[in-house]
Amino acid sequence: MKCSRLLRLVILSFAVAASALLAACNKDAQQPWQLTDISGHMPDLAFRLTDDHGQTVTAADYRGKITLLYFGYTHCPDVCPLTLAHLHVVMQRLGKLADHVRILFVTVDPARDTPAVLHDYVNAFDPRAVGLTGAPADIEALTKRYRAAFTREPGKSDDSYDVSHSSGIYIFDASGKARLLATPADGQDKLTHDLQLLLSSGGAP
Amino acid sequence: MKMQYLSVLLLMSLLPVANLQASQADHVTATHAWIRLLPANLPASGYVMLQNMGTSTAVLVSAHSTTYASVMLHESTTGSGGMSSMNAVGKLAIPAQGKAELAPAGYHLMLEHASHMIKAGDTVGITLDFADGSQLPVQFLVRPANAADPN
Ligand SMILES: [Cu+2]
Repeated sequence: MKCSRLLRLVILSFAVAASALLAACNKDAQQPWQLTDISGHMPDLAFRLTDDHGQTVTAADYRGKITLLYFGYTHCPDVCPLTLAHLHVVMQRLGKLADHVRILFVTVDPARDTPAVLHDYVNAFDPRAVGLTGAPADIEALTKRYRAAFTREPGKSDDSYDVSHSSGIYIFDASGKARLLATPADGQDKLTHDLQLLLSSGGAP
Repeated sequence: MKMQYLSVLLLMSLLPVANLQASQADHVTATHAWIRLLPANLPASGYVMLQNMGTSTAVLVSAHSTTYASVMLHESTTGSGGMSSMNAVGKLAIPAQGKAELAPAGYHLMLEHASHMIKAGDTVGITLDFADGSQLPVQFLVRPANAADPN
């Protein structure tokens, strides 16, 4: 008797869960984006940094392009190169449209990542990748603006250390509005799909 | 006669144990060994698929190379908050009849201070060291920075 009541309860909770799942699916069907939509939840792209040619640049210099903002450092041999290699594949899949997209690789290790080091590094991945460095305070302000974080880990010596860092990729439209957030777990298909959609809608909201 | 017997015993005791019974390295095969090359002598990483055909666990404890002054076993992890970090790993067990993968965003060999210029297409020898002291030399193919990981 007690058992069948428990069974009914289990069936009922399954039904509730299933309908919730269905509702979620229906919502997803209307939602065109495969990545996380951050429109209205993150501030517009804004910074004043030094690019990998040693030029001072601001976010305004990239208006008209869709930008992919990623925080990393060149002495990271595994996750940062993997992310940039994935973004390169996405750029290749976009074909000519990739000319309207820029990858902004902002170093969280400005002590070692000079414009020259960054230049060699980003160009090893994609010609449309830009390396950005700057004053530690400016870089920290930019990470905080997007609720990203980084921590320098204790190392073997002053020039041998690792930096833990947020792994998200922030996507801004051509007017600098924050639109989407990708994680490394989001595959190339999702990134390509959403960038194509963003490009076809003119990149504007 | 007695002297001869003693010398045989002595000789046997000098033989390393590894030669009398199969070592961990003997049971491990390495495939898909590659290095993602980064410019300007930046640290690179090495990846390899290890398969243990043996009936007991093989434990990878370190690796070394004549090409890189420093080779370290590392693991990248991404925490719940999306924070990505890297840690040194003391050992990696490859279960009997099982496998362990060194692949992007997970276990990898962190390679530093190359002795000479390395370019894509080269092969670099790296020797894997196991817990019982046995070694497995592996040839790693050097691939460009933006190589997509093989599936
Ligand atoms: Cu590492």
